[in-house]
Amino acid sequence: MRLGLVIDLDVCVGCHACAIACKEWNASGTIGPLSDYQPYGAEPSGVWFNRIRHYEMDEYPNNKTVNFPMSCMHCEDADCVTVCPTGASYKRAEDGIVLIDQDKCMGCNYCSWACPYGARELDRSSGTMKKCTLCVDRIYDQELPVEERQPSCVLTCPAHARMFGDFDDPDSAVSRTVRERGGFPLMPELNYNPTNTYLPPRRKPVIPVDTQPKGGLKESIKQFANKLVRR
Amino acid sequence: MHPAFSVIFFTVASGAGFGLFSLLFIADFFKLGGGFNQDQLVAGGLIAMGLVVFGLLSSTFHLANPKNAWRAMSRFRTSWLSREGVFAIVFMPLALLYLGSIMFDAPQWLRVGSGFLTAVLAWITVFSTGMIYACLKTIRQWNTPLVPANYLALGYASGSLLLLLGAVIAGLDTTPYIAMSALIMAIAAVLKAIYYFWIRSPGLSPTINTATGLTRAKVKLLDTGHTHGTFLTQEFGFQIARQKAGLLKLVVFAVGFALPGLMMVWVFNQEGGHVAAVVAAVAGILGAAVERWLFFAEARHVVNLYHGAQRC
Repeated sequence: MRLGLVIDLDVCVGCHACAIACKEWNASGTIGPLSDYQPYGAEPSGVWFNRIRHYEMDEYPNNKTVNFPMSCMHCEDADCVTVCPTGASYKRAEDGIVLIDQDKCMGCNYCSWACPYGARELDRSSGTMKKCTLCVDRIYDQELPVEERQPSCVLTCPAHARMFGDFDDPDSAVSRTVRERGGFPLMPELNYNPTNTYLPPRRKPVIPVDTQPKGGLKESIKQFANKLVRR
Repeated sequence: MHPAFSVIFFTVASGAGFGLFSLLFIADFFKLGGGFNQDQLVAGGLIAMGLVVFGLLSSTFHLANPKNAWRAMSRFRTSWLSREGVFAIVFMPLALLYLGSIMFDAPQWLRVGSGFLTAVLAWITVFSTGMIYACLKTIRQWNTPLVPANYLALGYASGSLLLLLGAVIAGLDTTPYIAMSALIMAIAAVLKAIYYFWIRSPGLSPTINTATGLTRAKVKLLDTGHTHGTFLTQEFGFQIARQKAGLLKLVVFAVGFALPGLMMVWVFNQEGGHVAAVVAAVAGILGAAVERWLFFAEARHVVNLYHGAQRC
């Protein structure tokens, strides 16, 4: 099994609900808490497993805002695991989830240097590195109904921009969607072979901007009068 | 990259310590300039080991959870950080064996054998320190074989200046020590110059386009999505102005290489004496520290592509 996420950049509305749901679940999850520093102060900061950036693609009038959620990519060739000197970072053989053993981590930050995606964040209160667990404490929970055995971010997404599944199975929903929509990994040139895959924004017709009807003489006089008369 | 002072101190001090120890073995083996006596060799060796130990201890100050530091030896097979730790630890008993065989007049084969092994191990340890940085694909300024070469050359250059100081204090013939130091300093300066030249061009590094996968058009960041700084901006956001970096490179060459070179000429001409040798050693190590600070400050991690950089 190779579990991971598909993120649809075409439909993501950038509401940050996935980040909030992630924080809520994982703050009390296996790797929690996710410490906040000055949450109500002047410089609020803290540990998050999921961060959403906002980009603009191309230039007016072809421009488009792309909302860009990012969490751990659960890479096949995860350097964060191989550089770890203590053995705290590991990748599970059975499902490919990359995790950090909080009891072994010495907080040297080296794994975060090796990660190109900024997926790992140091928790300053526990002194250990933390990262997305793919909600490993949800997806195998037999107490939950089958349809809820998914990462919190996927369950909560109001736009259905996130999918969870097994990339090793060619007939899984994620594999099929990636094939049909031309999904891509981020920074493939670094050869980390990330599992999480992004779906590109669809091509949309450009909205014409010069179709306003020309006013004619009557309209021009009206506009001239409007400028003169102070309402 | 954020330049952490504990790591800068660690790499400079332990580099100088390892360099000093292995050059001390060479000086002992060839009896350079008449050769140090027993006590002087042991004192020099202990100073070198002290530098290494202080360096290793200071490196634990940047750990957020140092109580687990002992576990850092456990991933020798994959992690350069782990290897560096293991080699540094193995270095200690071997170095003590060498110093002991000097002190207690052990048979020559033991003295030479342990000294040679210690010198090789010192070389491997400094190489491992360089590889900690050079193996990261995420930072193009580090991901080059010039990095371990620089670490070795600068460590040995600092060590050779300390050894020259020792030779001056011991009243030996300084000519072979000056020759050795001048050669190592010249190699270190040239390697550093090549490094600075090499990192100027970005080459085939990732861009904001490959980082987002939006490769068909210009892409720019609108919003990072966080209210204030995060761990990522604190650790990787550090940026140094190009002008300031250029100025510091001048300092590296002027203080780290030119000044010790000038002082060596004075020592060679029998002028200045102790003071010139002290200035040479202090300037060399100071230059190495500035170089190390710049090494971190100039490194640009690819995560900055998600914080607005177009290219790293």
